[in-house]
Amino acid sequence: MAYRDEKLNEEKVFKDPVHRYIHVRDRVIWDLISTPEFQRLRRIKQLGTTFLTFHGAEHSRFNHSLGVYEIVRRIIENFRDQPFWDDDERLLCLSAALLHDLGHGPFSHSFEKVFDLDHEDFTRAIILGNTKVNQILRQVDENFPQDVADVIHKTYSNKLVVSLISSQIDADRMDYLQRDAYFTGVSYGHFDMERILRVMRPVEDQMVIKESGMHAVEDYIMSRYQMYWQVYFHPVTRSAEVILSKILHRAKDLYLSDEYAFKLHPTHFESFFNKDVSLEDYLKLDENVVFYYFHIWQEEDDEILADLCRRFVDRDLYKYVEFDPGHQYRELMDLKECFKEAGIDPNYYLEVDSSSDLPYDFYRPGEEEERLPIHLQFPNGELRELSRQSDIVESISGKKRTDHKLYFARDLIDKLPDEDTTKKRILEILKG
Amino acid sequence: MLEDHAKLMTFFKQAQEVVGRKRLQKMVYILKKCGYDFSERYSFHFYGPYSEELSTRIEELCNLGFLDEEREKEKGYYQYRYHLTDRGAGFLEQAEVETPDMIDVIDQMNNQSSKFLELVSTMLFFDEFSKDDVEEKVRTVKSKQNYTEQDFEEAWKFIEELTVH
Repeated sequence: MAYRDEKLNEEKVFKDPVHRYIHVRDRVIWDLISTPEFQRLRRIKQLGTTFLTFHGAEHSRFNHSLGVYEIVRRIIENFRDQPFWDDDERLLCLSAALLHDLGHGPFSHSFEKVFDLDHEDFTRAIILGNTKVNQILRQVDENFPQDVADVIHKTYSNKLVVSLISSQIDADRMDYLQRDAYFTGVSYGHFDMERILRVMRPVEDQMVIKESGMHAVEDYIMSRYQMYWQVYFHPVTRSAEVILSKILHRAKDLYLSDEYAFKLHPTHFESFFNKDVSLEDYLKLDENVVFYYFHIWQEEDDEILADLCRRFVDRDLYKYVEFDPGHQYRELMDLKECFKEAGIDPNYYLEVDSSSDLPYDFYRPGEEEERLPIHLQFPNGELRELSRQSDIVESISGKKRTDHKLYFARDLIDKLPDEDTTKKRILEILKG
Repeated sequence: MLEDHAKLMTFFKQAQEVVGRKRLQKMVYILKKCGYDFSERYSFHFYGPYSEELSTRIEELCNLGFLDEEREKEKGYYQYRYHLTDRGAGFLEQAEVETPDMIDVIDQMNNQSSKFLELVSTMLFFDEFSKDDVEEKVRTVKSKQNYTEQDFEEAWKFIEELTVH
């Protein structure tokens, strides 16, 4: 029997708190899960620094990847014998679903910003490079690794296959919303996925929803909206992200200055600082390694690096105030000057954080054909965009809501003498 | 602080006016490919490279009053027109960002339709491939556009003439 068709003697199941069970019968999927590159995802948290706000949020990219695989498996089961669906694409869909986040690194959002990297490039590199994952995919077919990479890159010829993993109502979002809600313990984020899966239909190159399932999709859109503002953009999590980015910047600046001798040399970070990250280097750096460095760097001679690491490890985060750069940008310039006068480096102890810095979005209807919206299918076959039919979706998708906050090390300001005029000015500006 | 916003505003200052969201998306992508420093991340969407981050940042700039967005009704769809406001110009004067000269590339793009810029940006998205493979890939992912040999020739010529920063 060809490797691509090989089945395990008996079905393997993973117990899962979100989907109850994750079912594996294909030999290829089982072998992919066992690779070191996939096992590495156990050491990358799905929500980065969110565990500092919601203590349950310790779940990993490994959990999520299995969850996305399971949802796609169930969608495909429902799609069998439906028009527009080609069951020869089954293994490709399952493999792409399982591997779609393979290139995520530790605290990937901050790392990617600071070091100008893109996890999607590393996902491709792992799938196409000299790795165990690539060996397994090549056993299926010489072109199979490229096909899997193309699906994840969204450039595969069959757009229906792409839309299972990446669209406005895809398996990726459906898993992370439910999983993140479960592990953070929040009550929003839940929706009736079983119902959505039952009303999903393949139509030409997209997945659409039977009109009778509109209310289940409304619930999904509301979950997405609430999770965005209540979990993903939580101001305390953002504070931790700010400090994390500052640590990486400080360590990089010290390393590149050539004047500072680290007590613990940043061996695992060197290629990141030098903008020359090989796949091998990338795979060696997981969150355990990063935490080890941050822990030890608390003893560094550089006061700023040691202080930032202590803040991160001890969860001594920056305070924040609402900030409107549109009206307050002059005050921001003043504030920076005051920080300098007070001997507090504004490059490390003051930051504006904006909603556009976040790798999540909420539903918006199509945009000059750039983003394919969710379509409802009516009994006569007609497709209509969701927000034109649903008042609830229209009311939240038309809102332009953005947010900016100013983060600062309040304790350093408090330490300044009360009679200090600079301190008074800083507090005045921060009070708005 | 707010450097990414300021970099985009530098672009709007030099472009003076940008008409159409698709055009805006493709212009910033092409500038990035020319080596200009924009942090917005792009990925491939149904119709070519697209940045969610850019869309959100533009929304923020409009909400802050730094950018003006006018909505105009065209034949059956809405078109958006953007330009920097006085408040935006005031912010930009104080912002500590480099202001590279992008005028030449912006002018080159302004003489082209957004459909053409869509083709160019999609070709640039696959720039790791050989010329033949790029064309094959574009024909696969954008089969509905039915690009002709002449379209590709013009796009290659345009890419060759792009001023790399």
